[in-house]
Amino acid sequence: MRTPLRPLARILQARHDGENPDVIERENLRVRHEAMREKSRGRAQFRLLMLCVAFVGAFGTIGARMGLLAATEPSEPRTSAPGAEIIAQRADITDRNGRILATNMTTHALYAHPKVMVDPKGVAAKLAGIFPDLDAGTLERRFTDGRSFVWIRKVLSPEQMQLVHEIGDPGLLFGPRELRLYPNGTLAAHVLGGTSFGAEGVHSAEVIGVAGVEKALDARLRDPAQGGTALALSIDLSLQATVEEVLGAGMSMLNAKGAAAILMDARTGEILALASLPTFDPNDRPSPLVDKDAEAGDSPLFNRAVQGVYELGSTFKIFAAAQAMELGLVGPDTMVDANAPMTWGKHKIKEFEGKNYGPLLSVSDVIAKSSNVGTAHIALMIGPLRQQAFLKALGFFEPTPVELIEAPGARPLIPKKWPEIVTITTSYGHGLSASPMHLAAAYAAIANGGVMIKPTLLKRDGPTSGVRVMTEETAAEAVKMLRRVVTEGTASLGEVPGYEVAGKTGTADKPKATGGYYDDKVINTFASMFPASNPQYVLIVTLDEPLDTTMSEDRRTAGWTSVPVAAEIIRRIAPLMGLRPKLEPAAPVELTAVKN
Amino acid sequence: MRPVLYVLSFLALIALGFWAYRENYATQAALKEVETLQRQIVGLREGLAVQRAEWAYLNRPDRLRQLSAANFDRLGLMPMEPSQFGQAAEVAYPAVTLPEISFTIDIQGTSAPTEEGL
Repeated sequence: MRTPLRPLARILQARHDGENPDVIERENLRVRHEAMREKSRGRAQFRLLMLCVAFVGAFGTIGARMGLLAATEPSEPRTSAPGAEIIAQRADITDRNGRILATNMTTHALYAHPKVMVDPKGVAAKLAGIFPDLDAGTLERRFTDGRSFVWIRKVLSPEQMQLVHEIGDPGLLFGPRELRLYPNGTLAAHVLGGTSFGAEGVHSAEVIGVAGVEKALDARLRDPAQGGTALALSIDLSLQATVEEVLGAGMSMLNAKGAAAILMDARTGEILALASLPTFDPNDRPSPLVDKDAEAGDSPLFNRAVQGVYELGSTFKIFAAAQAMELGLVGPDTMVDANAPMTWGKHKIKEFEGKNYGPLLSVSDVIAKSSNVGTAHIALMIGPLRQQAFLKALGFFEPTPVELIEAPGARPLIPKKWPEIVTITTSYGHGLSASPMHLAAAYAAIANGGVMIKPTLLKRDGPTSGVRVMTEETAAEAVKMLRRVVTEGTASLGEVPGYEVAGKTGTADKPKATGGYYDDKVINTFASMFPASNPQYVLIVTLDEPLDTTMSEDRRTAGWTSVPVAAEIIRRIAPLMGLRPKLEPAAPVELTAVKN
Repeated sequence: MRPVLYVLSFLALIALGFWAYRENYATQAALKEVETLQRQIVGLREGLAVQRAEWAYLNRPDRLRQLSAANFDRLGLMPMEPSQFGQAAEVAYPAVTLPEISFTIDIQGTSAPTEEGL
């Protein structure tokens, strides 16, 4: 009901009383304004309240959602496309042709909750029946001493799991496990290394690499982004198997303690086969030696090809010859002093079995006959500084960069000082110790025309570049010299018809732990490349303490031990690599004038 | 006019509610199916991995060598040897046997046929 501003009755009354009627109007106006103000304030308050409710509601919803997200168990997204999820926690390893070297299998671990176990004694007895290595008494004690959790086995076979199921005790539980499997057994064991479980939980366990490629490339293998793609190694399974077979036969025939072989593609540095004997099964990796007095080399885990740092003997001579040719000091036919024995200060440098090839010998013959004295004279022409620089360029001063966890630890042993006598001894491979892998890389540089390439265990797609250490001409001359070692020198047993083997033998006495050298313990090395007309592959064969007893006298030189083994390896693997035997041009028929 | 609008919007509401209800259940069913399929896929993948491992295990060079040695009298397999490479010319092609000429044929030629040619 709207009140008029000037109600007629009151106005008339006021006029009658002689009062000012405007007062009434003002009063009424004031009352009306007050009412209007009151109304709009109420409306504003209501709006503020609504706004508050809206804000509280909005923030409350967000907060509740956040709390819910934080509090709930994480779950796999249900709508993701198949294939996107991680298939295995560790990538497979394959050889260069995609044949599996290491893969994963799902298996189970066995654990127990003794608190919910119905019959601890019976369970312990039955478990001991299934697993002969478990002791029923110990198990029972662990089930009954009040603990609430016991690990029983890390890995079960399906049959064992079924037997455990049949015990039927609610206290026995299984946890899924991924097991690393090496289907080829001992093959390429030193390359692969092995794995073990890292952090273990009930629902899963970490699989971590403990040696070899598995450890060196652990991050790549465990990378979830690359879990689906297998790691392709440069190893060729067929070649590896053949090399191991022949090397093993050679090792037992020659009564050697150990053996190693490296087959490398000279152009790319890819290692096609790497064997070290004795070997082991990475599925059941033996524990490392604990005996302090034992040599590292006595363990089958020791990778002779990479960790075996030894003096490599006469195989080094070709480096002195190549460098001297590279520097222009000599040519292949230059005659050098080879008059044995050579006296240098208080040292006397002798030839094998006290022979004397002198007084003069061409550089090519120095290599073919493996003359220490001749090499010493060539090395003296080069001088210590240049010799060191060349050996450094060939990688003999640093560990090899090959992708094995053992490689960085195998540092070559280099003489601390480098007087001229060290220059002399190093030139024929004494005083400087390196691994067969170093030798393979350096020989690959000669084989591929003078480029130092990085040895690798990973498959490469194309040719690689490297640092040039000698000219192509020098490298070709060096290969020719190495070829002569086989055709008319110390490695005559290394000839494989059709494959033009070139190489250099090396026999080094083993150093005693107490200092000095053993008289009857040697390391025999044959460093070879083939085919000589266009060297593609480098093969290093090393035998540890071999002894050839097939003849009347015992023989310990590389020419009688590692050379025939290497020749047999080449004869077997070259056809596998698709190398066609090449018929070398026959010597020109000599015509002799004959009178009728 | 207005009541008609009310009725129509109410009917639309019911229809939408029904549609949403059905979609909800269809989605849940689809999700459940996806889950089942994914479980199957995982199972098959595991099986595939086992098969691959088995294949690699059965084809390991040691075993193949033993098998070829054990079955030598039947298969006669030997390691590859350099002498097994040959020239294409060494391949013995089967002798070409021409069918006998049993009917008279006309011979066309630019030069007169010699007696030998016939």
